[in-house]
Amino acid sequence: MWLYEKKLQYPVKVSTCNPMLAKFLVEQYGGADGELAAALRYLNQRYSIPDKVIGLLTDIGTEEFAHLEMIATMIYKLTKDAKPEQMKQAGLDAHYASHDSALFYHNASGVPFTTAYIAAKGDPIADLYEDIAAEEKARATYQWIIDMSDDPDLNDSLRFLREREIIHSLRFREAVEILKEERDRKVFF
Amino acid sequence: MPTSMPDDYYRLLHDLQAVDFVLVELTLYLDTHPTDEEAVKQFNHYSSERKKLKKQIERSYGPLQQYGNSYSATDKWNWSDGPWPWQV
Repeated sequence: MWLYEKKLQYPVKVSTCNPMLAKFLVEQYGGADGELAAALRYLNQRYSIPDKVIGLLTDIGTEEFAHLEMIATMIYKLTKDAKPEQMKQAGLDAHYASHDSALFYHNASGVPFTTAYIAAKGDPIADLYEDIAAEEKARATYQWIIDMSDDPDLNDSLRFLREREIIHSLRFREAVEILKEERDRKVFF
Repeated sequence: MPTSMPDDYYRLLHDLQAVDFVLVELTLYLDTHPTDEEAVKQFNHYSSERKKLKKQIERSYGPLQQYGNSYSATDKWNWSDGPWPWQV
């Protein structure tokens, strides 16, 4: 069971209507290292991972949905007042033709979301290393979007999300150590 | 539709977001450090702080959660009333 709460995890403000920034941000909505892929990856891995790290995967997976809602809010606020001409100038003409101002799970180049982004090897160490890599890739993507953005309000929220990737990566590294310790304890001579 | 809300709403929401940030951080930390009693103590303290804030917000601005985790207004079902998080 999941519970929704009518609030964002962290406030999202945007300074001006800016569909170009929305075009970049959609990478974190429906892209390979985006928040949807992260949420689905961690929650799906829970069924084959040792009990000791199921809580962590559940909690990080759930937090990713809160991040997904923050990204959606950014895209919504950056595009809600955009005229078709502005969408066109931002390179969102193809998106606008098919979706109007609706959000769609695709990456910044318009490639639709695919479950091929979601790794599940069934080997706990391999899966956790995959998760660490996913967090580091997401952190890098946030950095690159911040580098291209000149919106101070938006950057504040993006910096929050970037920091969360760092914490998640750290916790996954600790989970690897917990599993290694448990594995080594099970060796009997 | 985007809605303009009183300053008090943003202040309370900010307070809840701050307490919840502490709780998210402690949750993930405790997931990998389950025997840290000091952290468990902090967690339980902020958990009761959040309950107070939730009650305070809901009294003025309606339910934050549903499926029975928040009370509805008595005169009507007010869960569907805005604003939604992306509208403020």
